[in-house]
Amino acid sequence: MSRSLFGRYTVALQTIVYKEVRRFTRIWMQTLLPPMITTSLYFLIFGTLIGARVGEVEGRSFIDYILPGIILMGVISNAYGNVVSSFYGTKFQRNIEELLIAPVPNWVILAGYVCGGVARGLLVGLLVSVIASFFTTIHVEHWFVTLAVFVLTAVLFSIAGFINAVYAESFDDISIIPTFVLTPMIYLGGVFYSIDMLPSIWQKISLGNPILYMVNAFRYGMLGVSDVNLFVSFAIIVGFIIVLGGFAIHLLNKGVGIKP
Amino acid sequence: MKALSICDLKKTYGTGLEALKGISLDVEEGDFFALLGPNGAGKSTAIGIMSSLVTKSSGRITVFGHDLDDDPEAVKSCIGLVPQEFNFNQFETPLDIILSQAGFYGIPRKEALENAEECLKALSLWDKRSTISRMLSGGMKRRLMIARALVHKPKLLILDEPTAGVDIEIRRSMWQFLREINRNGTTIILTTHYLEEAENLCRNIGIINQGELVECSDMGSLLARLDLERFIFNLATPFPVDVEIPDYKIVANEGVVLTVEVGKGQGLSQLFSCFGQQNIEVISMRNESNRLEQLFIDLVMDESSGHQEEKQ
Repeated sequence: MSRSLFGRYTVALQTIVYKEVRRFTRIWMQTLLPPMITTSLYFLIFGTLIGARVGEVEGRSFIDYILPGIILMGVISNAYGNVVSSFYGTKFQRNIEELLIAPVPNWVILAGYVCGGVARGLLVGLLVSVIASFFTTIHVEHWFVTLAVFVLTAVLFSIAGFINAVYAESFDDISIIPTFVLTPMIYLGGVFYSIDMLPSIWQKISLGNPILYMVNAFRYGMLGVSDVNLFVSFAIIVGFIIVLGGFAIHLLNKGVGIKP
Repeated sequence: MKALSICDLKKTYGTGLEALKGISLDVEEGDFFALLGPNGAGKSTAIGIMSSLVTKSSGRITVFGHDLDDDPEAVKSCIGLVPQEFNFNQFETPLDIILSQAGFYGIPRKEALENAEECLKALSLWDKRSTISRMLSGGMKRRLMIARALVHKPKLLILDEPTAGVDIEIRRSMWQFLREINRNGTTIILTTHYLEEAENLCRNIGIINQGELVECSDMGSLLARLDLERFIFNLATPFPVDVEIPDYKIVANEGVVLTVEVGKGQGLSQLFSCFGQQNIEVISMRNESNRLEQLFIDLVMDESSGHQEEKQ
C-alpha cells in the first residue's frame, strides 16, 4: 500500500460524504422541500396568525420565541431522517457490501454517514432560517453558542439515526422511532413554549427530555433566554454524542445488522 | 507465494446452521481456481468470510501473506469481489458506482477516473457509463460488477457465479476476459454451477459439500480419475437397434446419433472396426462435453449418501 493511511481514509471519507450529499440533493423534492413547506406553515399559523394573539413570551414576540425551536426541529428530524433512510437503504440494496469489502475502518464509515446527516440537517436549518426571515427579523445574540448547538445537535441525531438503521430490519423499523419517539419529544421539548408555562409536575417531567436542553441552548444562542443552564445543556449534548458514537462503533465492530 | 491460504475455517450461523465444518485449502499466486459445490454447500459463506462480509467462527485466512485477523485492511486491498447478486445502487450510473468503489479503496479521483475508464472499456461498458444502472441488461450488470471489482487492481479476484443467467455469447466473452486478466497475473477464484465453465477455465479445483472440502486437486488429475468416458458419434446412417458392440456399452442409440461408453485405456479401434463391419460411416465424433460433471456428481453424491448413512 503506497498511499498513506491518512490519505486513503480522507479519500474514503470524502467519497461517502459526496455520495450522501448527492443522494439528498438529487431527491430534493423529498428531502429539502417538505421541511421548507412545513416550517412556512408553522411561521404563518403559529407565528403570524395565532402568535399575534399570544403576545410576548419572556419579553420576545411569540414568532421570535418559537423561531430557534423550529429551526432546530428541522435540523433534528432531517439529520436523523437522512442517516436512517440512507444507511438502511444501503443495507436493503446490499450496497453496504461495497463498503464492507473495502479497506475502510468503521469509524470512517460512521463519520461519513454522520457528515451526510449533518450536511442535510444544517442545509435544512439554513433554508428554514431564510424562510423565517420573510416573517421576522433574525437576530443572533451569541454566535458561538448558536453555531455550536446547531452543529452538535445535527451530529447527535445523525448518530442516533445511524444506530436506528443498524438495527432496522424493515422500512417500518426506520419510521417507528421518528414517528412515535422523536416527534413527541421534539414537540414536548419546549419548541412552542417555555416550561415555566407548565404545571410544576410537567416542568419536572420535561427536564427528563434531552431535546429540551438542545432547544433551550439554541434559544439562548439566538435570543439570550433559556429555561435551563447552558453548561448542563452542552454537557448533555456532548455526553450523548460520546455515548451514542461509541455504541455505534461497537455495533459496527460486532457487525450487528450488517454481517451474518 | 500463496495467494490464499485457509486453515480449519469454521462457520456456524446464529440459527445453529453449521455452514463450514473446518475447511483448509491453498490457492497459489496466478492460479485460476474453481470452488464448486451444490447449493448450500458453503461456497458463498467461504467467499463471504474471505471478503469480510461474513464473520467466521474460527480458523485462519491469509491473503498474499496478510492475516485477515491481524491486518484486515491489507487483505481487503488485495481482493476484488464479484458477488452472486447485484448489490450496486441501481439508481446510480456505472461510472459513479465504480468511482465510489475506487474512493472506498482510497484511490484519488484523478487516478480513479483513469482506472474506471480502463475497466469500463475492457468490459465494453464505456458507452453505458452515464446510463442509470437499473436500465442495463442482466449481462451488462454482471460485467459492471466485474469492472467494479477490478477498479483497485486487485491481486486476487473472487467471482461468485459470475455468469449466472447470462447468454452463451456474453458468457464466452467473459471467459475470454477472465483468461486474459489471469494471464496478466491476477489470481482468480471462481464458483460456478456451470461445470463446463470450470473445466474450460480453471487449473485447480476444490469441491465443497455440506461444509466440508471433499476434493482439492488439479483439473488434470481429477479428470484422469474418470474410469469411463462417453463419446458421441454422428453417423451417416442409423446404427441398427439390435446390434451390440462387443466390450463397449451403448448408452443411447438415437439412430444417427450414438453415445458409447469407453473404458479407461480401452481405445476406439474396435469400435471403428464394428462401424466398418456394419458399413456405417462416421461423420464426426466428440467427447461428452461435461466430464467434470460426472466426477462432481460422484463426489457429491458419495458424500451425501455417506452423511445420510451416518444420520441413520
